[in-house]
Amino acid sequence: MTYDAKLRVWRGDADGGELRDFTVEANDGEVVLDVIHRLQATQAGDLAVRWNCKAGKCGSCSAEINGRPRLMCLTRMSTFAEDDVITVTPMRTFPVIRDLVTDVSYNYEKAAQIPAFTPQPRDADGNHRMQQVDVERPQEFRKCIECFLCQDVCHVVRDHEDNKKVFAGPRFLMRLAELDMHPLDNLDRRKVSQENFGVGMCNITKCCSEVCPEGIHITDNAIIPLKERVVDRKYDPITWLGAKIGRRPHS
Amino acid sequence: MTTTVPAPAGTGAPGRATIAARTLRTDRWWVQPAITVGVLVAFIVYSTIRAFENANYYVEPYISPFYSPCITTACQGDTFPKLFSGPSFLTPALYILIVPLGFRLTCYYYRKAYYRSFWLSPPACAVAEPRAGYSGETRFPLVFQNVHRYFFLLGLVFNAILTYDAVLSFRDHEGRWGHMGLGTLVLLANATLLWLYSLSCHSCRHIVGGRLNNFSRHPMRYRFWTLVSKLNARHMQFAWVSLFGVALTDLYVRLLATGTITDLRFF
Repeated sequence: MTYDAKLRVWRGDADGGELRDFTVEANDGEVVLDVIHRLQATQAGDLAVRWNCKAGKCGSCSAEINGRPRLMCLTRMSTFAEDDVITVTPMRTFPVIRDLVTDVSYNYEKAAQIPAFTPQPRDADGNHRMQQVDVERPQEFRKCIECFLCQDVCHVVRDHEDNKKVFAGPRFLMRLAELDMHPLDNLDRRKVSQENFGVGMCNITKCCSEVCPEGIHITDNAIIPLKERVVDRKYDPITWLGAKIGRRPHS
Repeated sequence: MTTTVPAPAGTGAPGRATIAARTLRTDRWWVQPAITVGVLVAFIVYSTIRAFENANYYVEPYISPFYSPCITTACQGDTFPKLFSGPSFLTPALYILIVPLGFRLTCYYYRKAYYRSFWLSPPACAVAEPRAGYSGETRFPLVFQNVHRYFFLLGLVFNAILTYDAVLSFRDHEGRWGHMGLGTLVLLANATLLWLYSLSCHSCRHIVGGRLNNFSRHPMRYRFWTLVSKLNARHMQFAWVSLFGVALTDLYVRLLATGTITDLRFF
C-alpha cells in the first residue's frame, strides 16, 4: 500500500538551519531511509544524507527520528501511523556539516587516544593462545558498528559540550573495557580509564544501551565492570592490599 | 589577556544543528520517571514513618524486616542478641537501616532510576537535562557511590539474619517448633527476594569472577559468574520486587501486631 508520509527534515549547515515540511510517498515494507532517498530524488536533490549498507551493519545513517537516536535504515515506516509527522534531524551531539550529516571526528580523536592492544609474549611455538570462554565477554563489544548513536545520546557530552575534553563516551569506555578484559592484553587501563577517559563521569543511566542497534549491553557488560575495576584499584583498600602483596594480580 | 567564554551548554553549542526544542521526542517519555518518583517517595514516606513509629514491629514469631536485626535492649524482638542500650529517642530501626538504605542508594540500578527521575540527569534519553554543569560521579558526594561493594557485603549479613528470622517463624508464639502461618511464608518470600536482589548485584558479579580475565583458569568462579550474570540481567526486576517485598512484609507484621488481621495458620 502506498500513502503520503509527512516528514519534517532539518535542512541547514553550521551557520543555521530549520525544520522543513515535506510530503513524500511511502510504500509497504519501507524504512525511513527509503523515504529520505525518495525525498532526495524527487524534491530535494541537494539533501545531504550519509548512508552505505542500508542493512544496519555500516553505522552510517545515524540520525534522530522523532527525537530518538536511530539508524534510518532500521526504522520501519510501519512503526508510525500514516498521519504521523516524522521528524528527522541530524545527531544533535556533533557539529553539523550539512542537513543530516554531522562531523563525528570527536569519536575518532578519542579512539586514537586509547592505548593500543598490548599482547603478552607469544608461546614457545610462536603462537598466541586463548580459550573461547576467555574472549566471549570482549567479543560482545566487537559487534559495535560505530554508528555513534550511543555517543550521541549520552547526556554527558550531549548536554555538556565542555565534557568532550574529559569524557570518551560509552563507545570508547566499552573499547577500554574490551581491552582491559582481554585475556592476552598486558596493559592495566584502569588508571587511564578514570583519569583520561572519564569513566567516573558516567552515571549509568543506560541510554547508550537503549539506543544500540546491535543490542550490546554497553552499561551492564562494559561500563559497570570497568567502573568496578577502577574501584578495585582506587577505592578498595582490601583489593589494593591484595595486589600489593601479590595475592591478587590484575589478570 | 585572553578571556575564554564557556561554550553554551548542550545541544545549543556552536556548530550543532540549530534546534531550539529541548527534545523532539513525541512519546510520553515523562511517564517512567514520574512513576519512579511516585513509588520511591511512597516507599520513603512509609519506611520513615515505620522507622520512627517504634511499635508494632514484633508479634511472635514474626519480626518486621525494618527492625531486624534487633540489636538494642529496647527492641522487642528475641531473634538477635541485644548488643547495647541506645538513647531512647533513637528507635532500634534507626541503627540498622543504614545498611539496606546504603545498599539500595548506591545500587547501580537505583542510581539509574533516581538520577533520571529525581535529578533529571537526564529525565529520559535524548531529553536535555536542566542543569548547565555536570561532573558525574567524580566528586564529593557522588564519588562515594564507589563504596557499593561494602554495602553489598553488609547486605549479605542482613540477608542471613532475615533468613534466620524466617526460619524462627516456624516456631509458634510459645517457641515450640512445628508452626507455619501465612506470616512464615511472607518472611520466607521476603528473604528469598532479598537474596535474589543481592546476588544479582553488579558488584557481586564483579567479585565472584568479573575481575578475572582468564575464566579458563578459574572454572568454579566462571560458573559463579555465569550464574550471577543470569541473575544480573533481572537486577532491575529484583530491585523493585524486593522493595515491595520489604514494605509488604513490614505491613503484614504491623497489621498482625495491631490486631487488624489474624495470621492464617497452616499447622
